[in-house]
Amino acid sequence: MPETPYVLAAVAVSAGVTWALRALPFAALTPLRASRTVHYLSTRMPAGIMVIILVYCLRDLPLTNPVRLCAPLLALAATVGLHLWRRNALLSILGGTTVHVALASTLHLH
Amino acid sequence: MNALPVTVGGPPPPAPASRARTADALAAFKDSRSVGMALLPLGLAFGVFVTHSGLAWWWASVFTTVIYAGSFEFMLVGMVSALAPLGAVAVTAFLVNVRHVFYALSFPLDRVQGRRAKAYSTFALTDEAYALTVSEQARSWSSSRILWLQAYMHLYWVGGGTAGALLGSLIPDSVTGLDFALTALFAVLALEAIRDRRGDLPTPVLALLGALAARLLFPGQMLLVAFTLFTAGLLARRLATRKKSAHA
Repeated sequence: MPETPYVLAAVAVSAGVTWALRALPFAALTPLRASRTVHYLSTRMPAGIMVIILVYCLRDLPLTNPVRLCAPLLALAATVGLHLWRRNALLSILGGTTVHVALASTLHLH
Repeated sequence: MNALPVTVGGPPPPAPASRARTADALAAFKDSRSVGMALLPLGLAFGVFVTHSGLAWWWASVFTTVIYAGSFEFMLVGMVSALAPLGAVAVTAFLVNVRHVFYALSFPLDRVQGRRAKAYSTFALTDEAYALTVSEQARSWSSSRILWLQAYMHLYWVGGGTAGALLGSLIPDSVTGLDFALTALFAVLALEAIRDRRGDLPTPVLALLGALAARLLFPGQMLLVAFTLFTAGLLARRLATRKKSAHA
């Protein structure tokens, strides 16, 4: 079991680096806020960034194993389908996750 | 109300002077619930992971409170259990979280008032906080509504992590797949963000191509490469459309 001072130091280093990455760019970018190119980027980035993070969440899909692949794909289809149908975020997330837990818990037993 | 019939204990009765703040707190709570649906189960999974890695349960609370960077915290638990050097911890934190530099382009920090409030707001600038505060409906949100929203999301993560660490032994090993909640959350956030852009199909397509290229070519640095390719693609598109309109 790692010693407490070491883990505390690791937590402090991680928190410092993470906060710096979140806070410092504002200082650098504030003068650019008036730029039309920055405005162009900032209005289009959210949609793209969400798509990229979604693909990142799915980066380790077991493409060569159809049995294990079906749990995340069906769960994703359930999430998207529910959301297009009812547009209720809670329902879409709960439904998709339930499908995934049910399939993954039963399929992985074998 | 476009939400599940979740019953929650109401907030304390509003004092007249702080009614606007109470309204902000309540509205932020409603906005935060969809993210909570993902952060709570993911936090539970994180807490279970902490105790299963041999760390004391309260480390789950410390990690979730002080670092507050979901995916990186999972990696840090692994590194700490393996006694990784602090330099390696710093480099990993940098590489996993460097994507956040892009968020400064559109996160409404100018609307958050006060030095300490700005400090917390940048500290708690997670993917989820970014997603909700840059949406079209968020344009009118006040400083306190943004801060409340960030605080609720932070609380879900800390609460889920702590509960998972304390209750971890009660969850049977055969139950797996709760981590899909994060994928479902970003599927929903992506659909909503695309809907905000209406007819702008090239933006999500550019992002998808960038993400797939990054996954195939640089799987170890997928997020950073994907964000960079996507940004470059947007800039190229702006140049191209500018030229076209100049010729017209």
